[in-house]
Amino acid sequence: MTVLALVEPGEELSLQALSLARELGGPLHALAFDAAELGAYGVESVHVAEHDQLSSYAPGAWAACLEQLIEQIQPTAVVAAGTNRGNEVLAHLGARRDLPFAANCIAVGSDGTVTRVRWGGSLLEEARINSELKVLSVAPHMVEATTVNGGAANVESFTPELGEEVVRVVEHAETPTAGISLSEAKVVVSGGRGVGSADGFGMLEELAGLLNAAVGCSRVVTMAGWRPHTDQVGQTGTKVAPDLYIACGISGATQHIAGCKGAKKILAINSDAEAPILASADYAVIGDLAEIVPAITAELRKAQSS
Amino acid sequence: MRLLVCVKRVPLTGGKMVLTADEQALETRHLGFTISPHEECGVEEAVRLVEEHGGEVTVLTLGPAEAEEQIRDSLANGGDRGVHLVTDGEEWDPQATAAAITEAVQAEEAAGGGFDLIVFGNESADSGNYQVGIRVAYALGRPIATGLKGLSVADGRARCEQEVPGGRDIYELPVPAVVSVLEGINLPRYPSVPAKLRARSKPVEQRNPERPAPRLERLRLVVPPGQGKQAQVLGEGPDAAPAVVEVMRDLGVA
Repeated sequence: MTVLALVEPGEELSLQALSLARELGGPLHALAFDAAELGAYGVESVHVAEHDQLSSYAPGAWAACLEQLIEQIQPTAVVAAGTNRGNEVLAHLGARRDLPFAANCIAVGSDGTVTRVRWGGSLLEEARINSELKVLSVAPHMVEATTVNGGAANVESFTPELGEEVVRVVEHAETPTAGISLSEAKVVVSGGRGVGSADGFGMLEELAGLLNAAVGCSRVVTMAGWRPHTDQVGQTGTKVAPDLYIACGISGATQHIAGCKGAKKILAINSDAEAPILASADYAVIGDLAEIVPAITAELRKAQSS
Repeated sequence: MRLLVCVKRVPLTGGKMVLTADEQALETRHLGFTISPHEECGVEEAVRLVEEHGGEVTVLTLGPAEAEEQIRDSLANGGDRGVHLVTDGEEWDPQATAAAITEAVQAEEAAGGGFDLIVFGNESADSGNYQVGIRVAYALGRPIATGLKGLSVADGRARCEQEVPGGRDIYELPVPAVVSVLEGINLPRYPSVPAKLRARSKPVEQRNPERPAPRLERLRLVVPPGQGKQAQVLGEGPDAAPAVVEVMRDLGVA
């Protein structure tokens, strides 16, 4: 019941994936591209791939490394984190070996079944992987990265046989970052259709300024062109995990909830006491946000100056 | 350029997930349908490339008879013709979907010439399998770059941009190639009424692929626990502001 896990360099989500990988049995082997310390996560052997073709990310090369380790250690399962790269590499592996691949799993059963997320986590699916070798990724932030009382992992380098990969990162362009990042902010002030216009976001910006918060928005808002897509919180936007998420004039479609359910607390400001967002929120204020948001800003100013 | 965009019909789920009694599907009797957000941007990206370079956009879907509505919507947004792989409404697993699309691509290319680019959404809104485009690329022996937030084509090469922490990773693929895009790569247009009318008479070719046994087999759907919290109402209107600030202080954010 050997299991092979892909561990991305410096990727916390890969450690979460190792927790689920341990539930599939053991011993646990890992493919890595640096000498990662993985013994505490229950990894017995770390196979560090070294090759000129691995100098920049190439999904086909990573998948080829997995293939060669599969030949060598004959695992019953291959696991990666459900990151962009983790899902991409396992899909390459599935395509190369004509194997099914279950993306973004949160639990595994003893009989080859998995529970995986659909709709960005708004719905779950129990599925069976119909193949001897199970290929699956682990949904981000759904499984904790736990440690075990194990010794240091055995680390050995290997040189995979790799051809020339056409698809690889040939250039990295730095983007200067301005302001507080949505994904890391402790508070997010977010607006939806109820904000009414691009200008309406001015009062959200003002409140955000006092709270050292990032400003977010719903998909309706980006589709209307009121805010850039980089501000969008949701299944197809940014997933946020602040201490407080303030949803102003957001109805609470599942597409949006998928992006903000990681928040510790949600405050909904909405004119409709029956809006679906109230079923996901911890606190609510009912009424016109154009009156409520400035009142909160004024109250905060008063509190901060006293 | 000849471009193919693949789209999937999905329900507009609104605020709550409700399952059918057999737990095999969402209850969609009262829901409208659309295509996945990433795919809306895929259609727009393909239409813009053709506006820039000339050519034709074909829109393909695999889905029930009703999915013709999603092809027509995409044709109203600038697609030229449709290919509908008609199913009985059962969801196909990713391998079966990719195999059917590959076969259709090969038939289309034999009849009308090769596609320079095949465009997918990065993952569908509903099943989120993250793999159909990659499987099609392998089956056709073409390169694929995924999760794109930028795309341009010049001199037989596709420059592909991916957002990563701190910046963008760039890939350069020789055309013909396969790409998958993310919402935000562009802002899709809204169709005009004349465009909707024109879309009705654009050609849509139907094919009837056979569904193989699923290798990723859905057993049942489950609504996750935790839905249906009851928010504590702090008040109505601006008078609630002091209570809100108190909550912020309790949470240590103000």
